[in-house]
Amino acid sequence: MKTKGRIWKFGNDINTDEIIPARYLNTSEPDELAKHCMEDADPEFANKVQKGDIIVAGSNFGCGSSREHAPIALKAVGVACVIAGSFARIFYRNSFNMGLPILECADIFENVEEGDVIDVTLDSGLITLEKNGKMLQAEPVPGFMQALIKEGGLMNYVTEKIKNKK
Amino acid sequence: MTIVEKIMAKHAGLDSVKPGQLIEAKVDKVLANDITAPIAIKQMRESGVKQVFDKDRVILVPDHFAPNKDIASAEQCKVLREFAREQNLTNYFEVGRMGIEHALLPEQGLVLPGEIIIGADSHTCTHGALGAFATGVGSTDVSAAMISGESWFKVPDTIKFVFNGKLNKWVSGKDLILYLIGKIGVDGALYKAMEFAGSTIEEMSIEGRLTIANMAIEAGGKCGIFNPDQKTLDFIKSKTDAEFTASYSDPDASYLEIIEYNTTDIEPQVSFPHSPANTRAISDVGNVVIHQSVIGSCTNGRIEDLRVAAGVLKGRKIHRDVRLIIFPATQEIYLQAMNEGLIETFIKSEAVVSTPTCGPCLGGHMGILAKGERSIATTNRNFVGRMGHPESEVYLSNPAIAAASAVLGKIGSPDEI
Repeated sequence: MKTKGRIWKFGNDINTDEIIPARYLNTSEPDELAKHCMEDADPEFANKVQKGDIIVAGSNFGCGSSREHAPIALKAVGVACVIAGSFARIFYRNSFNMGLPILECADIFENVEEGDVIDVTLDSGLITLEKNGKMLQAEPVPGFMQALIKEGGLMNYVTEKIKNKK
Repeated sequence: MTIVEKIMAKHAGLDSVKPGQLIEAKVDKVLANDITAPIAIKQMRESGVKQVFDKDRVILVPDHFAPNKDIASAEQCKVLREFAREQNLTNYFEVGRMGIEHALLPEQGLVLPGEIIIGADSHTCTHGALGAFATGVGSTDVSAAMISGESWFKVPDTIKFVFNGKLNKWVSGKDLILYLIGKIGVDGALYKAMEFAGSTIEEMSIEGRLTIANMAIEAGGKCGIFNPDQKTLDFIKSKTDAEFTASYSDPDASYLEIIEYNTTDIEPQVSFPHSPANTRAISDVGNVVIHQSVIGSCTNGRIEDLRVAAGVLKGRKIHRDVRLIIFPATQEIYLQAMNEGLIETFIKSEAVVSTPTCGPCLGGHMGILAKGERSIATTNRNFVGRMGHPESEVYLSNPAIAAASAVLGKIGSPDEI
């Protein structure tokens, strides 16, 4: 799977309260959450971002709470992919479960600027900068997770397993 | 093997496991709240599976925006209530019987040494204080575990943190964990199990240990865990007759790293905005005027915390420009605080005492900050906008400092009153 988009850049330790503030968690409707996506990091983000755009961040993206509303909001606002130096572990699991593509790439942050356009091949983790053709390699998605994707996600996998037991 | 590796191996039906290994393991308890459960319940309905795997092991607690703060929150709590009735869940805790989930579960005897507990709340790591492997996950993981009784894990590396020495005056478990996070950073234990040990820990109450384990996630940890000792076993026995098999780290267990701290170097700590790792010793705080002080939460809302706060506040009035909001973490703690006269002390000091709720900690309700306002809080996060307006500020501390600061009108120690 390939995606091409414009970059929005954020720093280290972007937490889930910045991605979707708790004051909006009285709903889990994706369109409502999308309106406030990244609001406490950049109040204008939800207005500026366009479908297919890509977030690039430093280390520990998604730290803090376990709210699955964070990947839901990012996906609903149109973010096609998040590429960071590293991810907080609950956010990593949640993104995977919600179908938000995320990639770990140690040297992405220093090599791109906000507004740059990149091509991303999700399966291989290959990232190409449009402006200069520079290529970066993200960590490929772990095999176990790829297998779960093939099964149609965690819920399908578990549901099938229960059916087979009976 | 470490305690975490042993618990994981046992629940996966394996003789041993190694860090990095992927396992599918049985879970003993599955927890969710009014923010995270509605998504999990929806996913379960979509899966077509009609029943949870065990009605005694799925725990639902409406605590975040409960008592319902608005119509939307009321709808979310209603989803939990109706699901709990339909599934005949033993452990649904309605307002009036509830408390903040991570204070409530240990109190109700729902956390046992050697168990695996997953919860759709990041502070599920609290329960490691009792020798369980407990970790936060999202709603989808909870949904899958609600129907299957299983979850998948990557066995984490373990970092052992050893605290030795006596605690200085006004220093508590909260200060040790803030100090530690200040040293290693908010991703210092990313994906790792954090095991706590040492003479200071052996001397520490269960409450203090719960506070330490609670904030493991603030260092990026997958869990915080303590090997059970006599105090743990006595605590469990006082809460439940349920049987359990505790696990313990082997003396020759392999750790990624062992980090030692001497507590004689540790003063009460304050985390400045906007990161729990932005810590300073109380003597280095300077002049920080506050508008609000919050004492409570899953981190510091237990009876020991309220006793410390009442000890500082007794016979005193808080500063006229400060709102002090105290919320006992469960109904049982509230009642005990009342019986001990603590509530009277709080009200006479002109504090507000709230029903148990996560409310102000996450900027939900019951103590939201306006633009430019500052709060000291015994809670666990001080991110931008955490307690209200994005231009408000939260400073994290222990209950003694939060109570003293309410009296002083600025951040300070009880010794300064």
